[in-house]
Amino acid sequence: MVEPVTPANRRRDGLARPVFRALGRLGARLAGAIFVLWAVASITFFAVRLIPGDPAQAVLGGPGSQASPEALAAVSAEYGFDQPVFTQYLTQLGRLATGDLGRSYSLNMDVGPLVLDQLGGTLLLAVLALSLAWVIALALATWSTRGGLVAARVGSSLEIVAAALPHFWLATSLIVVFSIWIGVLPPISTDSLAGLVLPVLTLAVPLAGFLGQIMRESLLIALESPFVLSARARGESERGVRWVHALRHASLPAISLSGWAFGSLISGAVVVETIFARPGLGRTLLNAVTLRDVPVVIGVVMIVAVAYILMTLLTDAVSRLVDPRLRLS
Amino acid sequence: MSDLAQQAELTTRSGQSGQPLRLGVAEGMAGVLGLFLLISAVAPQFLAPGDPLGIDPLAAFAPPSFAHGFGTDESGRDIYTRVVHGTQYSLVIGVAATAIGLGLGIVLGTLAGMLGRVVDFTVNRFLEVLFAFPGLLLALLFILVFGPGVATATIAVGLSTAPGYARIIRGQLIAVRGAAFVEAATVLGRTRWQILLRHILPNTLAPLFVLATLGVGQAIVWAATLSYLGLGAEPPTAEWGAMLSAGRTYITSAWWMSFFPGLFIVLTAVTATVLGRSIDRRMRHA
Repeated sequence: MVEPVTPANRRRDGLARPVFRALGRLGARLAGAIFVLWAVASITFFAVRLIPGDPAQAVLGGPGSQASPEALAAVSAEYGFDQPVFTQYLTQLGRLATGDLGRSYSLNMDVGPLVLDQLGGTLLLAVLALSLAWVIALALATWSTRGGLVAARVGSSLEIVAAALPHFWLATSLIVVFSIWIGVLPPISTDSLAGLVLPVLTLAVPLAGFLGQIMRESLLIALESPFVLSARARGESERGVRWVHALRHASLPAISLSGWAFGSLISGAVVVETIFARPGLGRTLLNAVTLRDVPVVIGVVMIVAVAYILMTLLTDAVSRLVDPRLRLS
Repeated sequence: MSDLAQQAELTTRSGQSGQPLRLGVAEGMAGVLGLFLLISAVAPQFLAPGDPLGIDPLAAFAPPSFAHGFGTDESGRDIYTRVVHGTQYSLVIGVAATAIGLGLGIVLGTLAGMLGRVVDFTVNRFLEVLFAFPGLLLALLFILVFGPGVATATIAVGLSTAPGYARIIRGQLIAVRGAAFVEAATVLGRTRWQILLRHILPNTLAPLFVLATLGVGQAIVWAATLSYLGLGAEPPTAEWGAMLSAGRTYITSAWWMSFFPGLFIVLTAVTATVLGRSIDRRMRHA
């Protein structure tokens, strides 16, 4: 039986109940996160087993390297390829649990440090792009819902076109215009401000189109809701109604989509980092896939899965912060 | 419901949202573009009589002109001809990938939505795990295992879109399952399979059509991305992503090699979005 939460029974229970509830939720979340990580590790492990050919050969540079049988046997023993599959699986899980991601086939260095080293640049790119996308989407949504029919049409057309822009085309077009024709921004990305502008724009514009469409739709629904009417009846200014009441409501779907958006930014980073010759997780992943460097691919996949889980936890927390209704259930 | 009542509801609803149901400018343009793309895919020689692979070294790197509307590439191949002929590849890849994604999504979503709590819980956890391979990641893992190429790229794109479809279909099924006509069919003693096949699925399939239209646009963009990264179709195939990839080397001197194929990807995706939404709006009103 669910009791309605009123100030009276909240006082009666004191602090204990909400705290226990929060701890219970956190525990369930943690268990869920560990389950997902285990499943991701298992799927990648067994998927990689499906690759045709001897893995020892892959370590030694592929079939073209013509490694001797002795060398193959040595590598097999070293990497444990001669063990039964289930033993290999358990060993790998144990290593992953202690944070050991193995050794790259192609780069002769440990995957853990390599991936962590590349993580920062990609995160910087993703966070900047997500923030910029939010600013553009908010601006578009608020402007196009206020400016009458023409603004609504222009706004929604801009959003549809922006959302349809492929990263690789936008990136090359921006390079042609800003680096080659006008010559104001470098075509190769560094961590300097000028070097970040084009990659961040490339990632932010399509995302802004997506978020803007969703925000505008929910803003329109919110503006017709009873709570907006009652706020108006209380005599609140148009600005207050829009920015405080309606926008809070309208931002919710976009907030919960930001977890997904983060994932799409990581995919975008694969393209953007390749085009702008920028070191990062995406470019590392693409190189590893091309070279069939299995440990590096697994390492990047695991790191991205962890980042994705953290990101969904964060968007959940922000949603609760913005929408009091979610805190009740 | 009588036609009159329906129309009354229609006008009030369209009056409220400020979007009348008559054909909009965007829809008209999307219709024309859609037709152009369809002809390009089915009968490209009708719009571009030349050979998409025919080289003409003397005319290499020609900028857009009257003779070559979109310019030529490093071997003097006409970009316009190649773009028109490339529509086939992109549309087939996009439709096939969407069919794979949607097919898997329907299976998973129906399992979760129809077979009770235990299956629902299991499928949901599975989907959660798949979501932890965001976007290209699942596709790249697939390509790592099965090697690059057009077929693997298509399947890879389909696979990575499946979890999203599954989640939407599950939600739709659960919503339809609670509808009054399903209750009525249960009362009439229909079996679970009869209800699923004759009542629930037809009512979830219509929205799926919209989803598929929107999905084709996105699938084309993803597949072209894989080709661009060198993991899908390869030059000199007249696939749009592969053309852009080839143009990358000459980006400083021959911008048209990259610009026009990309423009067609954008136009196709926009057309799919506008048409999908238009169908959606019409179906909601119907």
